[in-house]
Amino acid sequence: MNWLTRAKKGIITWRKKDVPDGLWEKCPSCGEILYRKELGKHLSICPKCRFHFRINASDYIDILTDDGTFSEINSGITSSDPLDFKDSKKYKDRLKASKKKTGRNSAIVTGTAAIKGHKAVIAIMDFSFMGGSMGSAVGEKIVRAVKKAIEERLPFVMVTASGGARMQESILSLMQMAKSSAAFAMLSRAELPYIAILTNPTTGGVAASFAFQGDIIIAEPQALIGFAGPRVISETVGEELPEGFQRSEFLLEHGMIDMITSRDELKGKLGFFLDSFMSGVSAIAEDKNLENDGKTISIIR
Amino acid sequence: MEFERPVFELQARIETLKQDSRVNAGEISKLISKLSELEGQVYRSLSAWERVQLARHPKRPTTLDYIRMISDEFEELHGDRYYGDDPAIVGGIGKMFGMPIMIMGHEKGGNTRERISRNFGMARPEGFRKTLRLLKMAEKFSMPVLSIIDTPGAYPGIDAEQRGQPRAIADNLKEIFGIRTPIVVVIIGEGGSGGALALAVGDSILMMEHAVYSVISPEGCAAILWKSREKAPEAASSLRLTSEDCLKFGIIDDIIEEVHGAAHRDPEGNAEKISERVASELERLQKHPIDILLKKREEKFFAMGEFEEPPQDA
Ligand SMILES: [Zn+2]
Repeated sequence: MNWLTRAKKGIITWRKKDVPDGLWEKCPSCGEILYRKELGKHLSICPKCRFHFRINASDYIDILTDDGTFSEINSGITSSDPLDFKDSKKYKDRLKASKKKTGRNSAIVTGTAAIKGHKAVIAIMDFSFMGGSMGSAVGEKIVRAVKKAIEERLPFVMVTASGGARMQESILSLMQMAKSSAAFAMLSRAELPYIAILTNPTTGGVAASFAFQGDIIIAEPQALIGFAGPRVISETVGEELPEGFQRSEFLLEHGMIDMITSRDELKGKLGFFLDSFMSGVSAIAEDKNLENDGKTISIIR
Repeated sequence: MEFERPVFELQARIETLKQDSRVNAGEISKLISKLSELEGQVYRSLSAWERVQLARHPKRPTTLDYIRMISDEFEELHGDRYYGDDPAIVGGIGKMFGMPIMIMGHEKGGNTRERISRNFGMARPEGFRKTLRLLKMAEKFSMPVLSIIDTPGAYPGIDAEQRGQPRAIADNLKEIFGIRTPIVVVIIGEGGSGGALALAVGDSILMMEHAVYSVISPEGCAAILWKSREKAPEAASSLRLTSEDCLKFGIIDDIIEEVHGAAHRDPEGNAEKISERVASELERLQKHPIDILLKKREEKFFAMGEFEEPPQDA
């Protein structure tokens, strides 16, 4: 067998061990071997095919918010293992490992920050914390963040990255879908904007709740977005899934999202929408100010 | 089901003895009271996995069975007005105790043919959108709502995803917090994941004793966390999905105890318990001004979840 046939048959493939750990990374989309430092400089976007590598919550804070303006809230909130759940591993141990790995107490970071000069409440899910799964801690942090936005009349920006509800909290995690939805219903009644940025992956209970409740829904390119996971679907329907199924481009085509925006352009888009929405919000507040005969209503800007 | 065998054997014996003129009535009534004792024992000492089987029992009354039994009249309404009519979800206007009420729920179907045509109670986006349409109609005409839950989950299909399954569920979950009419939810069988929750937000959430409510099926959970569907019984007990667990975790307001051991043993008797309970819940809920009711609905869900918080953060 010659080299070419062997390569075609997949006998010669790049394996993890071929790529020195920490220095190089292989693009899962085009196969290009990339120098990790270089990749980091490009917001972890493959320079060859524009594939978006997964990045963590801190990276999004750097990318989306104005330097030094992010101030975290409720960072200590963490899951308490109410079911004393154990599968092949104890939930308590999985939590401990995730905390150690990420330096965070839950799968979401919430806080306030300026984005292109607009003060906003921002929530960013962290996939590296148990697959960004939503348990009680995530639900509670979202509710508190939304309440803060309402109190201070601020817009809300969310970055999702999650496989869905956290099985280890069973029914309590399912309820976080309703709990967070109640919060975004409140935000909506307060006529404050909510911009959702969906990254790879956004599925299950997170997709079927706040990810799809945004006034504006933006997705990163090629992100997996859907309710059921692709494997469950193909097992259920007993057929191969169409090319590109449940990817951002598919969702745009089916009218489910407003736009696909690559990571390096996200902040600019946010700036545009926050500017557009918040000038309306401020105008309403000013009108109310006049109506109230000089009684002051604070306008947050 | 295997665990029901002693109950059926005793019941068959009673039936045979009833035919026999030599057996006196006293003996039969003794056996009948032994039967109800046995029902209590058998159905109240099941493992979590057996409880799942019972919740999925092929003879267990479905939503339409209950609707027929609890409402004097019922006019089913069809379609979401955007795409189609989902047979996995039924809804319409009924009369209970002479009062109009919007009733909706998942319908699994009563036999194999029906189950296939009802897609086993697994809804597509048009099903969820139909319920939202009916919720808004109920609000408009000041009708209370009864929502009946019985589904393995939302349908994981190509078409469902294409038509926006996540958005359809997300819409229901958000909109329901603004529906200005009392909503009573009864989980009668399987409360499976987001597909159940999309219909299960309300002011009073009740659960039949042998219903189950979970974020994922035990089989699905076992496949992911244990890497083997065979471990479903273990997953079922880890998931804490029984009505007693749900009450303990503050997910439901109350359990409706099943008469004659289990709902399928006496559909009429159990339907009567449901209708009495729904009536008393509505009586209670309608005393609140609607703004208070909506506030309480929101607060009920805000309170769900258990977490830890260091004191300096509070
Ligand atoms: Zn690439």
